[in-house]
Amino acid sequence: METFIAKKIASIEFGLMSPKFMKEMASAKVVTPELYDKEGYPVDGGLMDIRLGVIDPGLKCKTCGQKLKECPGHFGYIELARPVVHIKFVTVVLDLLRCTCRSCGNILIPNDKINKFRSELEKIGMEMGLDEQRKQVKQVIASLKTITKCPHCKEKQMKIKIEKPTTYLEDEKRLSPIEVRSRLERIKREHLPLFGINPKSAQPEWMILTVLPIPPVTMRPSITLESGERSEDDLTHKLGDIVRINQRLFENINAGAPEIIIEDLWDLLQYHVTTFFDNAVAQLPPARHRSGQPLKTLTARIKSKEGRIRHNLAGKRTNFCARTVISPDPMLNINEVGVPLVMAMKLTVPERVTEWNTNFLKEFIKKGPKEYPGANYIIRPDGRRKKITDETKEQLLEELQPGFIVERHLMDGDISTFNRQPSLHRMSMMCHRVRVLPGLTLRLNPAVCAPYNADFDGDEMNLHIPQTEEARAEAEILMEVQTQLISPRYGLSIIGCNQDAITGNFILTKYLNLTRENAIDLLVAVGVEDFSKLPNKNVLSGKEIFSVLMPDDFNFQGHARHYKEGVNDPDAIVEIKEGKLITGILDKNNLGDGSGLLLRNLHKQYGAKQMVDMLGKIYRMGIEVLFRYGFTITLSDLDLKHEVQDEVNRLLEEADNDVAKMIENFHAGTLELLPGRDARETLELRILERLNKARNDTGAVVAKNADPDSHTLIMILSGARGNLINLAQMSACVGQQALRGGRISKGYDDRTLSCFKKGDLGASARGFIKHGFKNGLEPYELFFMAMTGRDSLMDTALRTPKSGYLYRRLANALQDFKVEYDFTVRDAGKKIIQFAYGEDGIDVSKSEGGKINVGHIIRTT
Amino acid sequence: MKRELLEFKDKLPLKILEELEQGLPDKASPARIKKIADRVYEEYRSSLAEPGECVGLVTAESIGEPGTQMTLNTFHFAGVSEMNVTTGLPRLIEILDARKTISTEMMEIFLNKPYSRGKEIKNIAEGLKETTLKEYIKSISINVAETRMRIELKDQKLKDVNLNPAKVGRILHKSLKGFDFKVEKDGAMRIKASGDDALNMIYRVKEKIKDIYIHGVKGITQVLPVKRGEEYVIVTAGTNLKEVYKLPFVDITRTTSNNITEVEKFLGIEAARKAIVKEILKVLKDQGISIDHRHILLVSDAMTMSGKVLGVSRYGIVKEKPSVLARASFETPIRHIINASMVGEKDELNSVIENVMINQPVPIGTGLPGLITKKRVDEKKK
Repeated sequence: METFIAKKIASIEFGLMSPKFMKEMASAKVVTPELYDKEGYPVDGGLMDIRLGVIDPGLKCKTCGQKLKECPGHFGYIELARPVVHIKFVTVVLDLLRCTCRSCGNILIPNDKINKFRSELEKIGMEMGLDEQRKQVKQVIASLKTITKCPHCKEKQMKIKIEKPTTYLEDEKRLSPIEVRSRLERIKREHLPLFGINPKSAQPEWMILTVLPIPPVTMRPSITLESGERSEDDLTHKLGDIVRINQRLFENINAGAPEIIIEDLWDLLQYHVTTFFDNAVAQLPPARHRSGQPLKTLTARIKSKEGRIRHNLAGKRTNFCARTVISPDPMLNINEVGVPLVMAMKLTVPERVTEWNTNFLKEFIKKGPKEYPGANYIIRPDGRRKKITDETKEQLLEELQPGFIVERHLMDGDISTFNRQPSLHRMSMMCHRVRVLPGLTLRLNPAVCAPYNADFDGDEMNLHIPQTEEARAEAEILMEVQTQLISPRYGLSIIGCNQDAITGNFILTKYLNLTRENAIDLLVAVGVEDFSKLPNKNVLSGKEIFSVLMPDDFNFQGHARHYKEGVNDPDAIVEIKEGKLITGILDKNNLGDGSGLLLRNLHKQYGAKQMVDMLGKIYRMGIEVLFRYGFTITLSDLDLKHEVQDEVNRLLEEADNDVAKMIENFHAGTLELLPGRDARETLELRILERLNKARNDTGAVVAKNADPDSHTLIMILSGARGNLINLAQMSACVGQQALRGGRISKGYDDRTLSCFKKGDLGASARGFIKHGFKNGLEPYELFFMAMTGRDSLMDTALRTPKSGYLYRRLANALQDFKVEYDFTVRDAGKKIIQFAYGEDGIDVSKSEGGKINVGHIIRTT
Repeated sequence: MKRELLEFKDKLPLKILEELEQGLPDKASPARIKKIADRVYEEYRSSLAEPGECVGLVTAESIGEPGTQMTLNTFHFAGVSEMNVTTGLPRLIEILDARKTISTEMMEIFLNKPYSRGKEIKNIAEGLKETTLKEYIKSISINVAETRMRIELKDQKLKDVNLNPAKVGRILHKSLKGFDFKVEKDGAMRIKASGDDALNMIYRVKEKIKDIYIHGVKGITQVLPVKRGEEYVIVTAGTNLKEVYKLPFVDITRTTSNNITEVEKFLGIEAARKAIVKEILKVLKDQGISIDHRHILLVSDAMTMSGKVLGVSRYGIVKEKPSVLARASFETPIRHIINASMVGEKDELNSVIENVMINQPVPIGTGLPGLITKKRVDEKKK
């Protein structure tokens, strides 16, 4: 299977095909609409002629002598009895006819002025595109007022109209394609560039077809149904129509049939050729199957998302990949992926046999495909692939020698790339090391959920096994998880502790003191083997235990989440001196993703590999702490003391009263208006403002009185999950439900729900929920919640395709911008976009939040 | 600048250099300064984007990915609760499309001293607003028998914007041809129609006359003076830079619009580029999404590179691409191929997507470097 690139495509040129060229490239002339003879063998000169390629097993192509799948297929052609217009060039031909003389073929611009306009027009063509250039030609001619009389031969010009889709009319008289063609032939070649046509690659008369190329059989294969019937491709059907009509036209012409019959057949031929190119022309009824469904012809094959270009050419498919449900496993390293055994026995890694690994690889062959770790195939130097079975095993073992390739099962430590859709950024596909595990799911460390945006509610992910040395090297060096720690979006770590890991470390560093045994037990579970950093004490604080994970020469100073300027709270300042956590509680600010400055510093100082290792340990530490400590939340965390409940009630009542007063003022007309608003709008804004204040006030009261040692609060304070608003909503007051930026106002006449009075503008009648989730909502409050809930679902459903399209456009527009060797940013045409990337040339993923930390360097030098 | 830093003047970007100079301790010895600067330089070198880095795609990812997190809620209160502005994803799409008309046009008008201190701020603001006659009408009375209409105006409101009935009369006169029109001594307008259809005409003109433009800057529908720190700024809904720049009390150097097309027209392409950056940053900040400014710079540079503002769409940036296949792979593939065939375009295959299509290495990143070897000498033997 040695593949060498013998040739490289350097460029692709586009142009029109001349009739001569079509005939030359064709390997068969199609003359009959029949497809197969009685034996089911392709007819010579038919559309399935075996000179056009083969689609049946066993047959050999008459042109190249190759068999099915080897023969690429060959074009044929048919001679059209009468020329027809190519539907895609109709507008161009029309412009050409209108802008050139009907008798002498000169452009309708006087000779002395041609050169003046030439450069002007070409510039427009370069800048605005072809269509614009042709429009400009028409404008020039209109401005020169030569539209009615040729400036060269003084011939009077007629008005040329088009009757869609393909008929040209000159002064209401029909121009046949033959006439059109002869006029196009007459156009002076030197005038063509004015229309943006390059005479070297396109002659205008070629836009009228006299010969039609027949695409190879291989691009329109027929399917044999179970019943043995053949079902032909849409294109073959269409071509059959064309050939049939063409033959009839020939016969009628030769027989000297009346003009009307010939015209009708000609029109029919035009219709068939048109729909062969495009079956969605606005003015034509689409050609249909007998079942009534429209045929899929050339245009439909190429365009749109399911078309050739976007589906087959820009989108590639791979072998050696797998997909299944994912589940979390914090005991894996962050750069590992747990692969189920069944997958590992199907996915293989090709390994070339050399003198030095022959025995090693023979072991795999001996085990075969059914025992792990074995091998599934061996590939001989001539490219033949042999399956390893119990029967062939012995023989293959014998003939195995350097140069062979063994496809062995996936093993621990192999390179793989792991991906979750939608792949919105480059961290959606990262390289992980394989860990073969029992079970049927792919497993990953929950710390890498953030970059994949994965959770475990049934998400599936894909795994790919690179098959060449280059691919493996690139994956390992450029894509491995530790190389992707810093997001290129904002220059901070996107991988960090989350949820339980944060809670655990928070509890450890805030509350815990462990006996030496327990501490060592914890550390062993985390994966630490060296306990020399533990102080020689019998009771160890959580901070001391955490310090074991830090490198000895690490210094760090940061703020915890509850840090406030000017308040002296040692817990709020995280200080690590020489690898010892002296003060501070570790929470999301320092361990979390996105914010984790501690992690960012570790990364900077010790490199990606060490940081990933430490992060894994910190993560496991958090989880192990929770295993031992026990962690759950209870309903009583939400209980409010009597006086707090009274306070909340008082606040809500106050708000209610205020709102009532405002409504009174509104009705009395004494409301002070906000600038640019009428009374009703002012009222709404005021009420909204007041109610939000009420909600925030109750929230503050609840937060102030909540027990900071309750588990709910621990989660909130550590930043692991939830926030104080969530707590307030659960225990005190849910607050205003907003719909389109205002209070709820839609529903029945003048009221939101039928249980309210008409015209009620009060708080609860317009979506203010004054109860908390724990105490339960009133029925109408539940309805309001359902309304906003539905609204947000709609929002999400509408947003996804919009942002997806924006992303596609951005990616398409910017995809070939790259940094050149001179550090300028240029596009594919080598046009300079920026002289230095981002004006200073710094790669965001190598920076710290987009900056170089000058202050740090000054402090440490 | 310190002598030791001079040699880094061409090596380091200005911003880093400034930060370095300001951050240096006062008593630092020359040797230490040199050492620090060397380290900063080393750090800078190692953070440079490497040749071949596909920065465009990284930018597209960085802006596209958080798009899913943005809200679709069109309206949002910007700063003060009185003005509605389009934000979030719709606004971002609008900016990147380079739309000619945007959904909520806004201006921020900065004022010259002493007006920026709040002098006559209310009058100035009100004076900017486009007003029609109906806002000055106190009452309209129609005398059916004599087919006559009498309009009384609000005197105080006219005075506020430096108008008097005579001036209003002159404005009205132009659009009241065919009517007997007079400004009465007490400041009221008198309109009389004659002819068979006189009464109908009077009623028709009564509605028409209400919408006649009287005063202010056309296009500005709402004004709001806002205090920003020490200074008063007038935020307006609707834009008209051309007219606003003519006003004597406006600080032209800082007053801008959020309509990029308008900024391009009156201030040029560089200003438009800055406006794009500013507007995108505004959206992102509003949504609480952090994207490095380099990405936004790249997008706005790409949009303005050609000298006019191009949208990120098939009519804008994508159209400018040199490769036929790259254009065809985006949208309307057939049109691109047909046009290419007439021009005889040649696709040099030097961007990403064409090479993906034909299974060749992509000239980006690790696909960029080639290997040059010496030809074997033994070819001579042949």
